[in-house]
Amino acid sequence: MARLTLRLVALAYLAILLLVPVGVVFYRTFEHGVGAVWDAITTPAAISAFWLTLEVAIIAVPLNAVFGVLAALALVRGRFRGKRLFDALLDLPFAVSPIVVGLALLLVWGVDGWFGGLGFQVIFSVPGIVLATIFVSLPFVAREVAPVLREIGDEQEQAAATLGANGWQTFRRVTLPAIRWGLIYGVVLATARAIGEFGAVSVVSGKISGETETLTLLVEKRFQNFDLAGAYAASALLAFIALATLVAMTVLNKRREDTT
Amino acid sequence: MSAAAPATPPPARVGAAGGALRRRAKAPRGTLALGVSTLWLSLIVLLPLAAVVVRSLDDGLGAFWDHVTTRQAISSLEFTVLVSLVVAALNAAFGTLVAWVLVRDEFRGKGFVNALIDLPFALPTIVAGLTLLALYGPSSPIGINVAFTKVAVAMALLFVTLPFVIRSVQPVLIELDREMEEAAASLGASSFTVFRRIIFPNLVPAILSGAALAFSRAVGEFGSIILLSGNIPFDTQVSSVYAFKQIESDNIGGAAAVSVVLLLVALVVLLAIRGLERWRA
Repeated sequence: MARLTLRLVALAYLAILLLVPVGVVFYRTFEHGVGAVWDAITTPAAISAFWLTLEVAIIAVPLNAVFGVLAALALVRGRFRGKRLFDALLDLPFAVSPIVVGLALLLVWGVDGWFGGLGFQVIFSVPGIVLATIFVSLPFVAREVAPVLREIGDEQEQAAATLGANGWQTFRRVTLPAIRWGLIYGVVLATARAIGEFGAVSVVSGKISGETETLTLLVEKRFQNFDLAGAYAASALLAFIALATLVAMTVLNKRREDTT
Repeated sequence: MSAAAPATPPPARVGAAGGALRRRAKAPRGTLALGVSTLWLSLIVLLPLAAVVVRSLDDGLGAFWDHVTTRQAISSLEFTVLVSLVVAALNAAFGTLVAWVLVRDEFRGKGFVNALIDLPFALPTIVAGLTLLALYGPSSPIGINVAFTKVAVAMALLFVTLPFVIRSVQPVLIELDREMEEAAASLGASSFTVFRRIIFPNLVPAILSGAALAFSRAVGEFGSIILLSGNIPFDTQVSSVYAFKQIESDNIGGAAAVSVVLLLVALVVLLAIRGLERWRA
């Protein structure tokens, strides 16, 4: 009986907070038919926002994947002073407000910023959006890869080195295959975050329709312009990406459990 | 990897040559990885954050203090910390409950519910805000309208921080030894007493670190709040939105000062979580 009550309370909490709101958005989105939604997400502004969002993620995520693997290697395999500090600083992007991120980039790369006089535009332009996205999605890969590295130990890497493999060969043939599921999981999380970032991007993008407007910015603009149907349609597109991410996470978690 | 790969330390076999060889094999990659990743972290994260701190102190400590203590800034900071504390506490309670149900209960669709928990991590924050507004806003199909109130801000924060406590408590609960509970139950303890005296003490560190993560996320949250809060000064305005408005109206000094306060809160919470984790280990 008590068990049933707890279950009901837990499920009701999740329903009120998560499931029903998301259901209502999907209902509202499609209540006027799929055609209207299709029209709303194929306007020139929407298509341009979609490609920009994709472009930014395609630049930011691979860079962070490389950084993440290197950072994880340094954290787990390296021995150096200040390791604890490095470890703590790595989590900063998780804790810093997106608005602070945007302001920080503004102060470094803006016209009056530290690097403002370098002769190319960063703020109110695509490079600024890319920098903001790299910032907020920075720790994901490192945080997923580091525990895997710790778990597998460096036995096999040492064996490879003893047999004459150089550093790169050891990494490519031994380490990389062992961390691949953690790496892919981290990439999925980073991609979801990159596509969904709003606050930091909204400070640095300038929100120029067709040029520096990402999907999340488009949602906000349409909402502010009382184009609710349009905002719902763009949201539904983002929600589909989120659901795909969830499915990928679930599948990858199974894979990881099977391989370890 | 098969199950036959235990993580036991290797037998002693480290001669002088072995040690040298290992060092040679490891040294170059170690430093390269460290160098590149430190450079990347500094350029992308640390340098910009340093710029915020420097800018906030540009006009001296007095100006910094004036910016932080304007009535509107103070009111937004107070509300932000207060609502984040409430949200962290609610998360601690409901997160533990949901984690318990997901680990100890069996029902159809549990796998689906478990996958659903991560939705707030995957869903863009602006969509989360719009989503809550669709159900609990002016055009609510069930007639509940909390838009532009403090309740709406709390709901948005509860939404985006939902997974933290659950995902932190779940693994501890799975690992927990059932024998002690069975012993207590066989000695006549009620299931509530078993929870209070046996299970709960084991969960405290995990609950606290999950709640701390939720708190730090709530303090900085922006995207899910912007549509829901109505941004009413002295009422529903949180600090991140306040800072955003200051940037828009070109009061960079004011924005930087409040940002530094938010940064400090984030830093303190990060360190607290580190301390908690060391306590757990």
